[in-house]
Amino acid sequence: MTATAGYLFEGADWDFTKLQHIHDACEEIARSELGLDVYPNQIEVITAEQMLDAYSSAGMPLFYKHWSFGKHFAHHEAFYRKGLMGLAYEIVINSSPCISYLMEENTATMQTLVIAHAAFGHNHFFKNNYLFRQWTDADGILDYLDFAKSYVAQCEERHGRLAVEQTLDAAHALMSHGIDRYPGKKNLDLRTEEKRAGERRLHEEAAFNDLWRTVPTGPVKSAALLSTERRRSLLGLPQENLLYFLEKTAPRLQSWQRELIRIVRHIAQYFYPQSQTKVMNEGTATYVHYRIMTRLHEQGRISDGNFLEFLQSHTNVVFQPDFDDPRFSGFNPYALGFAMMQDIERIVSNPDDEDREWFPDIAGTGDVMAVLRDVWANYRDESFISQFLSPRLIRHLRLFHLHDNPEQREGILVDAIHDERGYRRVRRELSRQYDVGYIDPNIEVVDVDLAGDRRLMLRHTVVKGAQLNETDAKRVLQHLADLWSYDVSLVEVDAADHVLKEYVLSPRGVAAAA
Amino acid sequence: MHIVDRRLNPGSKSLENRQRFLRRAKALVQGAVKKSSQDRDIKDVLEGGEISIPLDGMNEPRFRREGGTRDMVLPGNKKFIEGDMLPRSGEGRGRASEPGEGDSEDGFRFVLSRDEFVDLFLDDLELPDLAKRKLAEAESEGLHRAGYATSGSPANISVSRTVRLAMARRTALRRPRPEEIAQLEAEIEDCDEARRIELMAEIEALKAKFRRIPYIDPIDIRYRRFETMPKPVAQAVMFCLMDVSGSMSEHMKDLAKRFYMLLYVFLTRRYRHVEIVFIRHTDRAEEVDEDTFFHGPASGGTLVSSALQAMHDIVRSRFRPADWNIYAAQASDGDNSLSDGEVAGRLLTEMILPVSQFFAYLEVGETGGSTFDMPDSSLWTLYQRLRADGAALSMRKVSDRSQIFPVFHDLFQRRRKQEKAAP
Repeated sequence: MTATAGYLFEGADWDFTKLQHIHDACEEIARSELGLDVYPNQIEVITAEQMLDAYSSAGMPLFYKHWSFGKHFAHHEAFYRKGLMGLAYEIVINSSPCISYLMEENTATMQTLVIAHAAFGHNHFFKNNYLFRQWTDADGILDYLDFAKSYVAQCEERHGRLAVEQTLDAAHALMSHGIDRYPGKKNLDLRTEEKRAGERRLHEEAAFNDLWRTVPTGPVKSAALLSTERRRSLLGLPQENLLYFLEKTAPRLQSWQRELIRIVRHIAQYFYPQSQTKVMNEGTATYVHYRIMTRLHEQGRISDGNFLEFLQSHTNVVFQPDFDDPRFSGFNPYALGFAMMQDIERIVSNPDDEDREWFPDIAGTGDVMAVLRDVWANYRDESFISQFLSPRLIRHLRLFHLHDNPEQREGILVDAIHDERGYRRVRRELSRQYDVGYIDPNIEVVDVDLAGDRRLMLRHTVVKGAQLNETDAKRVLQHLADLWSYDVSLVEVDAADHVLKEYVLSPRGVAAAA
Repeated sequence: MHIVDRRLNPGSKSLENRQRFLRRAKALVQGAVKKSSQDRDIKDVLEGGEISIPLDGMNEPRFRREGGTRDMVLPGNKKFIEGDMLPRSGEGRGRASEPGEGDSEDGFRFVLSRDEFVDLFLDDLELPDLAKRKLAEAESEGLHRAGYATSGSPANISVSRTVRLAMARRTALRRPRPEEIAQLEAEIEDCDEARRIELMAEIEALKAKFRRIPYIDPIDIRYRRFETMPKPVAQAVMFCLMDVSGSMSEHMKDLAKRFYMLLYVFLTRRYRHVEIVFIRHTDRAEEVDEDTFFHGPASGGTLVSSALQAMHDIVRSRFRPADWNIYAAQASDGDNSLSDGEVAGRLLTEMILPVSQFFAYLEVGETGGSTFDMPDSSLWTLYQRLRADGAALSMRKVSDRSQIFPVFHDLFQRRRKQEKAAP
């Protein structure tokens, strides 16, 4: 620590001792004043190139090899080189210990900001939010990724790169439909997963006897006897987790292909909470870094100059352009999240009559951090917005709701604005924008004709008239058919059960038979 | 808390993924590279660069929805009130759901590194007649020390090694030293008779042994041994010969330039050091710099032999064929004065071809003229005759820029070497 006035650092330079002091100072505030509960931190300093590497593997430090990551890398690199894209100051990984990557180019102020933001804000959120607790296994993820990487490499050796690539391509295409959306019997434990995968393989090798192939199995029990209802319940239909269904029931997949699908499915599941908590996650982290930085400045550990530098980048981060601004590209999760967190702080500590009416539970209770910690632990974006978006904030952001019905020739209807009649409608619609149930198309496996041609039947329940993009749907279904290795059909059905469109695709034959 | 410094970790973690991507997109990328190299300047061909490929087969499809009724909440209302109708083309128009990153139909742009670019560019090209001339092509003989030998030329005697062996032999055989004899002789001077006879006999025996065991025996002699080792010649010189007489148009020069460019790229990949010599000629030849070569004005008649003579002189004075791989590319519209044919032919077959790895003749024509329609020019006829006589010449006619690459490709294609190797 530098001697003068107790500053943690001066100017822009930092070294590892200073990082340590910065971390300790932040931790002090985070634990004692904000009451945060975090995983142990691991801070890694990386270069711009390594940051680009991390970008292309979804931020993870290690990942199996696949061409699509190379494609993303090439894309990011082209943009970065042209100066069209800046790089993030940090990447943080939901693991235990919680790994935060810091860019080496950052100034000391930025490193402080980033440590407060990632190593405490995000970290607390990962550890405490119910979605992450339910769906991700922070202790096991890195080991599991390591296992996945070596398993994929092994498969490539044994079965050829092409066959592995085809299976992974297909699994990736279905990734968004490889997620369990509702809590199942038990939590995911990736370490056990990894062990079980190894045991399965060992058992197969140990128990292999070519003789079994030649043993007559006797007449097949007639599947036709099973009633439709019984068959569907045996297969666990309807099933919205397509990858799970394939892994368990696809008739002609090799066991290694099932394992690959399982890997893709687990990874998709791991990222599932992140997509549902963008606003909350960034809001939490931004609120935490703002509190910590302000406190450090109050304590006289950051100079006025450095604090101004912080304020400038903080302001950039939480900037929300208006809808008619050329820079507008949807809601900035940092801005919305931070604004809502600050609004909650105000409601709890200094409410007005309106707040008392809208938020009787929290208005004026006084303990800001207790309320916020509870919010961070128990909500996701959708429920968070539908509960806590206050009329005052709606007015402040001047939110309005547009209803675009293509059948309505005259134009787009302004359905609600920031007034007394509109608050609830605006709030409901905004929260719906963050509801995964509305974002992802609702596609389920409804039946398999096991007795007949083994056709796999899917159903897309069309919501608000939005049908699937035809080109992409065909491509995805082709992948699905390749894995299933028999025909696959998809019907798009509207709320009144009218069939709007039907796709039927046959497998290309190579992939599954490999 | 741990702080880990990852900056020194091996970089390019994504390299393998990138290569997989390029391999998968190879046909597309190669097409794009070919296309972009046609529009480039000579020197830039060695630079990497951004290319764009169509995304067929490279896309990552997902179930996506489109159309239908949409609801959106937007910030920053200025003047709308509930119930307003906004015209569809107007400001309030929302955006399409998700602009997929780079996945649009119109192509995927990314940057290829220099090496990747040139690799793809030259993908299946190889040196001409590689099988036949393999040694001569990239290697020459060099001597280096390889221990000692029992035979050799007197100039290579290794004195120290020889003397050492001789000493070992003398010691082993107990050759008397002259001092021993001298000492005994000194003793004879003052001793009695009996002892004297004894000593005399001893001295005699020693002297006999002394004579029998030579100081240096032929078997001691060792020669320094040299072995010939193939030494790679890591340098090449490329001669660009061009007819700059009035009949050569800018277009023709441009065609020639492209050909030189490709040859240059190819050579720089192959040799550590490549020099270029530009020789332009009308009825007399001169060595010039690149700019003058392509843009300098000149006029006069046409004597091809003058350029060949100039090249020969330069090779003799500056580029020893033992140390340099010599490549030559000649571009011309095919005009040559009739009387010059004999001289040029003789120069080529006797002086130039024996020392060159490769001699290419490119006959350039005007745009639009089909290469098949071009009547055989005097130079073309001459070279064709030489070729029929077995001269190792490559020759092509070109009239359009897009033909350059295929021509170069033909000239160097690996297939040829197999055809040649087959019979």
